[in-house]
Amino acid sequence: MTKIELTVDGARVTDDVEPRLLLVQYLREKLGKTGTVVGCDTSNCGACTVHLDGRSVKSCNVLAVQADGAEVLTIEGLADTHDGDGLHPVQEAFRECHGLQCGFCTPGMIMQSVDLLAENPHPTEQEVRDGLEGNLCRCTGYHNIVRAVLHAAGGAR
Amino acid sequence: MTATQETRAEIGRDRRRKEDQRLITGRTRWTDNLTLPGMLHLAMVRSPFAHARITAIDTSAATAAPNVVAVVTGADVADEQGSLPNAWAITTDQVTPPHPPVAVDRVAFAGEIVAVVVARSAAEARDAAELVDVDYEELPAALDLKEAAQDTVLAHPDLGTNKSALWVFDSGEAGTGGSVEEAIAKARTDGIVLEREYRQQRLIPAFMEPRSVVVDPTGEQITMWSATQIPHILRFLLAAVLGIPESKVRVIAPDVGGGFGGKLQTTPEEFIAMVLARRLGKPVKYTETRSESLVSGHHGRDQWQKLTLSAERDGTVTGLKVELLADLGAYVSLVGGGVPVLGAFMFNAIYKFPAYHFACQTVLTNKTWTDAYRGAGRPEATFAIERLMDELAVEVGMDPLAVREKNWIRHDEFPFTTVAGLEYDSGNYEAATARAKEMFGYDALRAEQAERRASGDPVQLGIGVSTFTEMCGLAPSRVLGSLNYGAGGWEHATVRMLPTGKVEVVTGTSAHGQGHETAFSQIIADRLGVAFEDVEVLHGDTQIAPKGLDTYGSRSLVVGGEALVKAADKVIEKARPIAAHLLEASVDDLDFAGGRFTVRGTDQGVGIGDVALATFAAHNLPDGVEPSLDSEATYDPVNFNFPHGTHLCAAEVDTETGEVRLRKYVCCDDIGTIINPLIVEGQVHGGLVQGIAQALWEEAVYDDSGTLVSGSFVDYTLPSAADTISFEVDHTTSPATTNSLGTKGVGEAGTIASTPAVVNAVVDAVRHLGVSDLTMPCTPERVWRAVNQAKGAGQ
Repeated sequence: MTKIELTVDGARVTDDVEPRLLLVQYLREKLGKTGTVVGCDTSNCGACTVHLDGRSVKSCNVLAVQADGAEVLTIEGLADTHDGDGLHPVQEAFRECHGLQCGFCTPGMIMQSVDLLAENPHPTEQEVRDGLEGNLCRCTGYHNIVRAVLHAAGGAR
Repeated sequence: MTATQETRAEIGRDRRRKEDQRLITGRTRWTDNLTLPGMLHLAMVRSPFAHARITAIDTSAATAAPNVVAVVTGADVADEQGSLPNAWAITTDQVTPPHPPVAVDRVAFAGEIVAVVVARSAAEARDAAELVDVDYEELPAALDLKEAAQDTVLAHPDLGTNKSALWVFDSGEAGTGGSVEEAIAKARTDGIVLEREYRQQRLIPAFMEPRSVVVDPTGEQITMWSATQIPHILRFLLAAVLGIPESKVRVIAPDVGGGFGGKLQTTPEEFIAMVLARRLGKPVKYTETRSESLVSGHHGRDQWQKLTLSAERDGTVTGLKVELLADLGAYVSLVGGGVPVLGAFMFNAIYKFPAYHFACQTVLTNKTWTDAYRGAGRPEATFAIERLMDELAVEVGMDPLAVREKNWIRHDEFPFTTVAGLEYDSGNYEAATARAKEMFGYDALRAEQAERRASGDPVQLGIGVSTFTEMCGLAPSRVLGSLNYGAGGWEHATVRMLPTGKVEVVTGTSAHGQGHETAFSQIIADRLGVAFEDVEVLHGDTQIAPKGLDTYGSRSLVVGGEALVKAADKVIEKARPIAAHLLEASVDDLDFAGGRFTVRGTDQGVGIGDVALATFAAHNLPDGVEPSLDSEATYDPVNFNFPHGTHLCAAEVDTETGEVRLRKYVCCDDIGTIINPLIVEGQVHGGLVQGIAQALWEEAVYDDSGTLVSGSFVDYTLPSAADTISFEVDHTTSPATTNSLGTKGVGEAGTIASTPAVVNAVVDAVRHLGVSDLTMPCTPERVWRAVNQAKGAGQ
């Protein structure tokens, strides 16, 4: 067991964890942060995407011990990072543009979109598509996800 | 408030979804999120062989591993696990192998469960599963569909054959048309006969949420949470197969992350979880890995399609003969044998073929079992006929849309009884096609295509057409009965007026991404004249929604929505005498509109919410009236419904690399009345990409030993946002005449239509180079080889 201390969605947490425990398992099983989900075993789908020290990572591809001392942001804490009431603008854009259906990929898709827009606040459609390449969705055909990200970018302008 | 605001209809509004708040904030209830006190975790030991005898299983090391509670083999549960059900024996003599959830002495596909480890944590269960030592004696495996149909190697030696069922329809015998053999014979002398064979590759539904099941056996009732499309059917079959009284089983489908037919199944894992939870007296959980999902969840499609089409020299089709081989995989799944039968009624598509013959042989092999995948039978049929209509156009030298128009059912010919015996109630192929052509810029793209051909551009442009229809809204119970299906096709709804004026709506359909909570709220808001926000839609729990037949086959709105309307109308009729009593008026003098009962010719009235409150208080009700407005309705559809549309795809094909790039995709679908345009467009977009993925990217590939090579998302290549484009989607509206809302299904339309549109475009791009067909998926390698072989042949 290894002791880790980190901040998750603004709260300080500390735990003894097995070295092999994945960050996503730590979030879901130890902290009950079930908003972040697991969709594959091979880091292809991106459903588990969270922010680690401000950058998007696939949390199935990071060990919990690697997050020691870090700041982790999940979909559950995203709205709180935004000045003002209610949802983060990207969450709002996904609802406005119907960028989700079953919603399973959505937490990862939103966290990746936030990261994409932080890096490139005014992307073209192709830049959005390329930026989301690591996140799979089976419901929407991506059309409205891309629209949502462009909508959020426009709204931020 | 202005009059227009008062009367603004909810139906037709692009309401944002009620479901989204929890989904975009991560406050969801996926089955795998559940943790119960004392819960144990299951891990499956799966066969690495496609076909083998189990000669010994040593569980001692696994049993001794930390925190392992039990290790169970098939032999241990042979007496209580039952056999997984097949609900649709398509012929009375169908050959159906028994399907024990845990294999007892023989495995019939790679991935089949041979033992189950139960431990205190999921990680410990998985660790211990590695320690289970199984000895196998490998047996010859039936892997190739055509070879399996010859019975040279048997998937189940005891059965003596791989041939499960032969299902035949003949229009001459059915009295719905003429003799195909005569039509073909005639065309061989003075017309055109096209003979083609198409391959429907094996696909995997690949919903994003892996399947998960939790069973809690404590208390009087056993509760199962499952990532399923079919909580009601699952409850019934758990009870029927395991001998547990149905009243003692509660099934909950909480938030479910996609299905596409892939969660229209009763699975080995669900049955095992049920059996072990009961045996151990503890809650158990099993969540599959993605690799397990891909290897053991049912697959879709996998057919060989042999077609013979006869036509006159002017392009008028005189007959169509279809001979199918359909791969069932190792077992006959819940409705697996019936999937090609659903396609049997669709090969004639939108056309007036005078003669039609269909025969399908279902075949057992040593591969993963197959069953419904988005469209289920209808994409296969649509692909084959829409590819063939393009070939006919080439043969007679016509534009592909013109040859279709020559054969399709004209708008003024509806309702129309087809050669397959279905009555199409409504449609307007001319209008949808005209609109699609306009959106596409058809003539300009044809001109560009001609230019690129003339200049020998290495990147050629192809234009693909698909004018699809489908039968959906499963289904009239009598029709299902005549096809030997094991259940009906009705749907159930309850509408409850709460004393606060809120409305609870209970549906027997079970959404997993479709947006029922939103669309059904719109229907009820209009019908009862209440606010959209005041309607709460409940579903997916057999205790909350005790009756229902769940969600598949584009049925939820057209069947379930109609049940809602009928239940709401009963609420109004129950409220009417109470409203009359409150208004001291005669029942006959009351009108109901916009949520209010009014006395005709006066300004007196009472809102339905006030009637609900008065009914709840029950202080002042007319004599003999029950103090409740709650109503339920069960609706059995009188017919299927028949969405249609014209899809046009422009694809660029790099003849030097074989790479295909989508340039433009437009579609104009007619799905009748639209409840929520935003949701409809989303359904179309998602459907399109699944169909395009079949055309270009996806295939479940097995190696020579029967191992699934594409057993992870590394190799089973779902498209990403970078692979796809934005679509142009529009609608024409020919309301269905067989339900009061005028709606038609939309869940499967995009998938059914898009596959042939894309392949037709790719073939069209390189046809002038000598390529007349391509096998799906049209990968760069396949396209490149086809172009180069054609070049070689031409030299």
